[in-house]
Amino acid sequence: MMNEKSPQELFDGYFGEFGGRYVPETLMNALHELEAGLAEALTDPDFMAEYQTLLRQYAGRETPLYEADNLTRHLKGARIFLKREDLNHTGSHKINNVIGQALLARRMGKKNIIAETGAGQHGVATATICAKMGLNCEVFMGTEDIRRQAVNVEKMKLLGAKVTGVDAGTGTLKDATSEAIRTWVARVEDTCYIIGSVVGPHPYPYMVREFQKVIGEETREQILRQAGRLPEMVVACVGGGSNAMGIFHAFVPDEKVALVGVEAAGLGLHTPHHAAAINGGSVGVIHGMLTYLMQDECGGIAPVHSISAGLDYPGIGPEHAHLAGSGRVRYESVTDEEALAAFCLMSEKEGIIPALESAHAIAYALRQAPGMPREAIMIINLSGRGDKDMHTVMTATTAVQKGGCIHEQPHRTPLYIP
Amino acid sequence: MNNRIAHRFTSLKEAGRKALIPFVTAGDPSASVTLEMITGLEAAGADTIELGMPYSDPLADGPVLQRAAQRALEAGMTPNAYFQLIKEARRRTELPLVGLVYVNTLFQYGWEAFGQQAANAGLDGLIIPDLPRESRYYHGKPLTPLPVTEIRLVAPTSKHRIQQIAGEAQGFLYCIASLGVTGARQDLSENLIPFMEEVSRHSACPTALGFGISSPEMIQQIRRLADGFIVGSALVAALEKGFLEDEGIRPALNFVRELRRALDKT
Repeated sequence: MMNEKSPQELFDGYFGEFGGRYVPETLMNALHELEAGLAEALTDPDFMAEYQTLLRQYAGRETPLYEADNLTRHLKGARIFLKREDLNHTGSHKINNVIGQALLARRMGKKNIIAETGAGQHGVATATICAKMGLNCEVFMGTEDIRRQAVNVEKMKLLGAKVTGVDAGTGTLKDATSEAIRTWVARVEDTCYIIGSVVGPHPYPYMVREFQKVIGEETREQILRQAGRLPEMVVACVGGGSNAMGIFHAFVPDEKVALVGVEAAGLGLHTPHHAAAINGGSVGVIHGMLTYLMQDECGGIAPVHSISAGLDYPGIGPEHAHLAGSGRVRYESVTDEEALAAFCLMSEKEGIIPALESAHAIAYALRQAPGMPREAIMIINLSGRGDKDMHTVMTATTAVQKGGCIHEQPHRTPLYIP
Repeated sequence: MNNRIAHRFTSLKEAGRKALIPFVTAGDPSASVTLEMITGLEAAGADTIELGMPYSDPLADGPVLQRAAQRALEAGMTPNAYFQLIKEARRRTELPLVGLVYVNTLFQYGWEAFGQQAANAGLDGLIIPDLPRESRYYHGKPLTPLPVTEIRLVAPTSKHRIQQIAGEAQGFLYCIASLGVTGARQDLSENLIPFMEEVSRHSACPTALGFGISSPEMIQQIRRLADGFIVGSALVAALEKGFLEDEGIRPALNFVRELRRALDKT
């Protein structure tokens, strides 16, 4: 799988110049132990067999690669395939990673789990696997997100998790992540921190990718089986970037396959209200990793915005930063408005309600596919389902009128969803 | 590089005394109050003063120091204002001044430029709480040594790392007294005694305990375990309370005097 021109693998916790472990000393031994435990687990056939059994029987893998022919006909361009991660248990790709990390926690003898969540998808997935495996679970969630995502909060409680509100800062994902890290510093001896994306100090970005790479491995086999060849392009949305790293990883050595990560442009890159770390940010340290982030001139972490809570994060995984630098992956961006239009179009044309996060990847496809030849193949990672976003979409009333999407009309008022 | 830190610890040791190292956040609630505090702290018996550069998302800090950083940032504290503050403090005191600065602040200002400005302003040492020894890289290149003394941190969870870190220590070795972030606590790590014994075996440098040290009683109990004691959150909380209750910096300075007395009781 290795390719000399795309040095993918780690050097002492770094992807190229990005990554590392910029954390308090108190955590360093735990990170080294986790790294060693992970290395053992990944080469242990029993561990991998249990992981794969749970992926199959509990998460519902493999997920289909579905040819979206209505959308293809509508756009009159490349053949569009959807990797249906929305069909996983708990409604997104997040379950892949938490199964792996929870098994690892159990293997390392840790009974207590903490996690952060933004929209609640990772929180629900973590609470779910903890319920199944009998682990104690505490989820940190910004108070603003708790307000926005009441249903997911109730789900986590139903699953037996404790949900701890975080009031600091903007009361969103970055603050929940900081608080989870602080809590981990205090309870490091008996607690495992399950991070939801390819972010944080090493080995998290590497570990989460390892537990998500099944997406791309399946997709690659499926497209070879279904279309007889590799695609021209693979598109995925990026917040922290776990679904994107998951689908990209298997394709990185296939240099002819264009890989595109789609960041959240929010109200537009010309405004401060976006979450496009690579397209609109700069290099610095956030949550223990050196990467691109949105920051002020003094290095303070800047507040960000996306209509999609899962992309509403000021940083991005260090491997993405590296792949952007090496040019192997191109990073584009899509506004709230475009994502809403894509959300509606996908629902209408294919009968699939996508997560607003995934709608960013779809929106990029809407832009790109019509200009591609009809024999070209584009794969979109449909990372999650959109039930959770109905309230947000209904609130953005200019997008939806009595159940009907008006995606032909551009929205004239800024769609700032508080 | 100047030697205020080393001189101070040497003369304290000769006198059989312990170092008291109060921490305040620079610019909380204003730069002028911090200057007043520095003068007051010296008079109240401080041996070294730790000055925190406020940061938006301080991963090693509990709620008290998070609030202090927020106040200081809102009052306009920036790296340049911080250097200015240190320059003015330097005109008033010859005590060692040690900064606490999160790594991203250094990276955005420029690692070498920050170190140079800090040294020029009269800072003696720098604590970077989120830069462990393995992570001394930026843009793929190793970080150069700074022109001020870099104070290293060691934690009860450091285990085999203690020897490595202690071997690299200069100025004093900052020993984390309790797991978790900064903040006043009732109890310190239960392993504090074996931890400090282990540290002392490996460290040629003076040691200072910090994180969670909250009262004169506590300081008295542990005074034999280290050469110095850092008190941050409890002091900043007293400062916060002083301003809420219109008493200004007086209660905070009284608290430091009590700490001094406790530390001097043998």
